[in-house]
Amino acid sequence: MARFPRSDEIESPGRIDHGGSGIPRYGGGDGDGDSGDAYPDYYQKLRRYRLFVFLVFIAVFIFFTALSSAYIIRRGNGHLDWQTGAFVRDWQPLTLPPILLVNTLLLALSSCTLEFARRNLIRQIALAPAIAIPGIAPEKKRSAPWLTLTLILGGGFLAGQLLAWEQLRAAGVFVATNPSSSFFYILTASHALHLAGGMLALLYAASLSIFSRKLEREVVVVDVTSWYWHFMGLLWIYIFLLLRFAQ
Amino acid sequence: MSDASRTDRGTASGILGRVFSRDHRVIGLQYFFLSLTAALVGIALSALMRFHLVWPGASLPFFGAIKPEQYLAMLTMHGTLMIFFVLTTAPQGAFGNYFLPLQIGAREMAFPRLNMLSFWFTLLAFLVLLSAFFVSGGAPISGWTHYPPLSAVPSAGPGQGTGMDLWIASIGLFCFASVLGSINFIVTVLDRRAPGMTMMRLPLTVWAWFITAILSLLAFTVLHAAILLLFLDRHAGTSFFVPEGVVVNGSVLQHSGGSPLLWQHLFWFFGHPEVYIAILPGMGLTSHLLSTFARKPVFGYRAMVYAMMAIGALGFMVWGHHMFVSGMNPFAAFAFSVMTMVIGVPSAIKTFNWLGTLWRGSIRLTVPMMFAIGFVSVFVTGGLSGPILAQPALDMYLHDTYFVVAHFHLIMGVAAVLGIFAGTYFWFPKMFGRQMNSTLGYLHFWITFVGAYAIFLPMHFLGMAGHPRRYSQLTDVHYLQALVPLQRFITLAAFVTIAGQAIFLVNLFWSMRRGQVAETNPWEATTLEWGEPTDSLTVARGAYEFNVPGAKAEFLPQREGQDAS
Repeated sequence: MARFPRSDEIESPGRIDHGGSGIPRYGGGDGDGDSGDAYPDYYQKLRRYRLFVFLVFIAVFIFFTALSSAYIIRRGNGHLDWQTGAFVRDWQPLTLPPILLVNTLLLALSSCTLEFARRNLIRQIALAPAIAIPGIAPEKKRSAPWLTLTLILGGGFLAGQLLAWEQLRAAGVFVATNPSSSFFYILTASHALHLAGGMLALLYAASLSIFSRKLEREVVVVDVTSWYWHFMGLLWIYIFLLLRFAQ
Repeated sequence: MSDASRTDRGTASGILGRVFSRDHRVIGLQYFFLSLTAALVGIALSALMRFHLVWPGASLPFFGAIKPEQYLAMLTMHGTLMIFFVLTTAPQGAFGNYFLPLQIGAREMAFPRLNMLSFWFTLLAFLVLLSAFFVSGGAPISGWTHYPPLSAVPSAGPGQGTGMDLWIASIGLFCFASVLGSINFIVTVLDRRAPGMTMMRLPLTVWAWFITAILSLLAFTVLHAAILLLFLDRHAGTSFFVPEGVVVNGSVLQHSGGSPLLWQHLFWFFGHPEVYIAILPGMGLTSHLLSTFARKPVFGYRAMVYAMMAIGALGFMVWGHHMFVSGMNPFAAFAFSVMTMVIGVPSAIKTFNWLGTLWRGSIRLTVPMMFAIGFVSVFVTGGLSGPILAQPALDMYLHDTYFVVAHFHLIMGVAAVLGIFAGTYFWFPKMFGRQMNSTLGYLHFWITFVGAYAIFLPMHFLGMAGHPRRYSQLTDVHYLQALVPLQRFITLAAFVTIAGQAIFLVNLFWSMRRGQVAETNPWEATTLEWGEPTDSLTVARGAYEFNVPGAKAEFLPQREGQDAS
């Protein structure tokens, strides 16, 4: 496999200032990325959308932190039994369906394939100016359909989560059965919903690569989505560990 | 001069393009009129509540007598409308959207389409909330804080069924819109500043919007998680918040093991930062206006910035002071109490710096300046009762009385509203190209300012005398008989103050069409929004260069090349 350049080799353009000094940047209100073929614009857009997705991480992280703290507190809750005078906790530990391990593996793999897709695209856009020079025609390299693979793996993860719910329901474990099962469904469903958002973004990127051939926009979408996707992967591992070890 | 001459960009033409605009100025105005509408509904509700408190049996035309559950529904909706759709929406959504890009020299927000989406989600949230009035059972009655089990059990009262579900849906939409909006604000400030606009040259208004956006990002996501759990308790049979053996209407609920305290923790983790989300933009604007109209630099600019950061950070560590009477661990209460009193330090820094800004300035008592000074006044008055309530022992007594109503209305409601008025009078020339009438403006200020004190100052005495809040009808209670005349006075003061707002409305809509045409920089201010629109600009200096020793002009605009205007 070809060596993919490290992201910092080509991504940090160095010539982009951080608001305040340097190139005049008044303007550029480009309607969320409708315009712009010029290069600096592409780097600015990349930086802006990365900032965006970083803030989305924070929002999602806080959301799941709130749910986790509710989880921890609810786990310790109980009531005094008036007959015996004992403190009764009603939390019953939940045995996780083993399929979750397979799902975890699928999601980890999808993170890898998406990273390949991202690096591939970044390499393409870095080479784009050279290709534009007449007489220089670098060999056409066909790369694996990393985006499609990611979509398939991501879809597999979501299907696997559905299967896990099916298995639990077949075992008679529903949302209201016990707080432990309530939290299982809420955490997995919230995560699946957030991941589905990432799937939509990837579908959009795939449609860009087929229909519009606007490489810059595709790079931005795939780059930002891949960061989001990795974050979703880490978040899943966190949720999995919480559900597994804090029962 | 309004900047209507700037060509419209990034916006589709036609009526649809104007309504669904991505232009931050249009979106700002949309937020402005949304919160104006919400404020009018909220004010109408408070008028009805004040009427009912004093004349509980009296029959209103077209309405009949107000029933206790209707009073509680009004209480809930008044709080929700005012806190979410006025105090959160107007300072940040309206003025922030309109003026943040202008003040940092950006042509647009970082994500205009996202910005548009935020507004339409907020509007949808507003409509969903209002629809709660018209469903069977009416609006929810559990107060804007919605403590379970009352809020978690649909059969617990009228309005707790569909009305409560609509409330949850509305706030869910609002949270989503706020998070999108706050991300947009943060990216815009970090990424869109014009060359030369370093962070420490930002106007304090921008700093306030920036810090407020960070608070919104962290707070609304927690509320979102909380209402998700509340919704599941209501409809999926889970037991997060409903404890064992709750009896409603004679039947025992199936829930078991939940904790009402858990909801209070989650809610107030959002709820307390929300107070600062409402007030910080007002603080920023007040600093801005005091400097502009005292013709002096802001006293201690950096201290002001750091104080706002400290208030924002501490705001996340004090939520427990809303829960002293909830049965929380007393040791936790002690910690929250200390942290709460610590907030007095940055607040005092801000107050003294405001006074320092005014000290020996060439003060111009324009209408926006009057409102800014009014802000400082009610901020101090409302703030001073804070350390009293921050002490668990005192709060035990005062918590469910009008003392708290007085405290939070002055510091959060009235102060923030005075800030919104100040912003409206100050930026009106920029938004509509004309000046508001100043005679009507002064009249409006004095009625509002004196009226607000007449309403809320006596409430402290009601509270100290033990008059409970939230009850619909206490006129026949023996130990409160002596307080009835005071309540009547408050109601009359409220009616006069509310009537005074008509002056503002007339002035607002009349001045839009007929007001005196404004110059480019009518207030002789320094910040970027008061310059002629250009294609490129560079920022040369900080935001508050008034009467700088050795400078050739009385004030130095931030924009490069505009030294001697």
